[in-house]
Amino acid sequence: MATQHSRSAARLMMAPAVILLLGWMLVPLIMTLMFSFKKYLPLRGGDLGWIGFDNYVRFVTSSAFWPSVVATLAIVGGVLAITVVFGVLLALLLNQPMWGQGIVRILVIAPFFVMPTVSALVWKNMFMDPVNGLFAHLWKFFGAAPIEWLSQASLQSIVMIVSWQWLPFATLILLTAIQSLDSEQLEAAEMDGAPPLKRFSYIILPHLGRAITVVVLIQTIFLLAVFAEIFVTTGGAFGTRTLTYLIYQRVLESQNVGLGSAGGVYAIILANIVAIFLMRAVGKNLDA
Amino acid sequence: MARAVTQRRKIINTAVAWSIGLLIFFPILWTILTSFKTEAQAISDPPVFLAFDWTLENYSVVMERSNYMRFLWNSVIIAGGSTILGIIVAVPAAWSMAFVPSARTKDILLWMLSTKMLPAVGVLYPIYLIFIKLGILDTRTGLVIVLMLMNLPIIVWMLYTYFREIPGEILEAARMDGASLKEEILYVLTPMAVPGIASTLLLNFILAWNEAFWTLNLTAAKAAPLTAFIASYSSPEGLFYAKLSAASTMAIAPILVLGWFSQKQLVSGLTFGAVK
Repeated sequence: MATQHSRSAARLMMAPAVILLLGWMLVPLIMTLMFSFKKYLPLRGGDLGWIGFDNYVRFVTSSAFWPSVVATLAIVGGVLAITVVFGVLLALLLNQPMWGQGIVRILVIAPFFVMPTVSALVWKNMFMDPVNGLFAHLWKFFGAAPIEWLSQASLQSIVMIVSWQWLPFATLILLTAIQSLDSEQLEAAEMDGAPPLKRFSYIILPHLGRAITVVVLIQTIFLLAVFAEIFVTTGGAFGTRTLTYLIYQRVLESQNVGLGSAGGVYAIILANIVAIFLMRAVGKNLDA
Repeated sequence: MARAVTQRRKIINTAVAWSIGLLIFFPILWTILTSFKTEAQAISDPPVFLAFDWTLENYSVVMERSNYMRFLWNSVIIAGGSTILGIIVAVPAAWSMAFVPSARTKDILLWMLSTKMLPAVGVLYPIYLIFIKLGILDTRTGLVIVLMLMNLPIIVWMLYTYFREIPGEILEAARMDGASLKEEILYVLTPMAVPGIASTLLLNFILAWNEAFWTLNLTAAKAAPLTAFIASYSSPEGLFYAKLSAASTMAIAPILVLGWFSQKQLVSGLTFGAVK
């Protein structure tokens, strides 16, 4: 009887969160789906009626589409590669005995707490500026011509900025995972004469597998949505217009809501594919 | 002998780790240093590191000229408001899922997580339109609501993870002693849950403070928080490095301090408990 009572109370307590999230998910989603089948130009006539799958076709056949896919893949792939590889190395290093470990940890994690607009602008102006940036000084010091980072190497520059922001996240999670490794196993392997590289690839790396998966999946979801870093550096110019940025431009800048919404539906589908894998990894943990 | 080897290794580790740590931290350090320079020193060739005339002028200029306090206040209200509101909604939900789990609890949790995966840009126009219709575009109220909804899944997850660690026997004992549901929550559970709630509060305040999609797209002059204020420096006039640095330092300093306290909760909070 008590359980019956507490069960209905439990449902009541869950209701606000569930209803809010349901509304937050469904209402805009249904609107986006609806707009995507319409010719909808708020500044040029408004709602001009249903046009079937036209927007979906036009979005993928526009000349901006494939470059945006390439830019998105380059940024997501580049940042993932850098953060995972250096994240593993940094985590291994931070796990070693040293003086001032706590302080080093804080130094490494700090970039994660810097707001995206600040890190993008600091990198853009104080490091990558071709005249006054520190890189320009460094290049000139070695007798090389300064690079115009954000136009000549725009994608690489964005990858660098975003990697700097996300490396702390990867490092911290991988470090946590390494610390849960049974040190006796490693010692036994060392006693048996396994060289460091073998110990790494046969014991440490398999142990990190799950953590790396989680890092890759969570970062992918956030990296697909990178916005502010592009907004304040290149504004989508020089080949840095990602899928997210293209949709943003269609919707708010050129106010072609139908076309942008079709793009939005593609982005939602893409994110959901990644999400399914993440949910599996997280769901497994719930059973344990 | 063995001892000497480990000692030497420790010295090498320390040197390498500190070098890399300082390299990663350098952009932040450089920003802080530049904020104390004059504009001429900020772009001097070759760059000066410490040997410059330290000045606080940039800070006073930024505060006077750009109405900095209003942006700061907007950030505080938006980040604080959305976090507190989120906690108020999430505590009962997380409590019931942790202590009265049903067959569907896992599905509900995963579904909540899935709403977090929805790309913001995909629903940008609907939200924009709803905001115009409700008259809350460029208001703090609007942003509090959106950021609360955006972070609600993380808040529920974090609280759920913490609540699950509270032993159920204590609740049973309280019930045996005749405590009502309300008393149980107020006097037994809350004191035990305070650390978990505090760290959830902290991490989500940080996330909301740094959020830079909705804050950039749904605000203009009135409700813009620090993220948008800093973005306005992307099309500058004249010398501005020192002022940009001062504004940036003021925007990130409080969060760096809070982040320092929250680093332990960061991992389980951001991986939804998948890595502990």
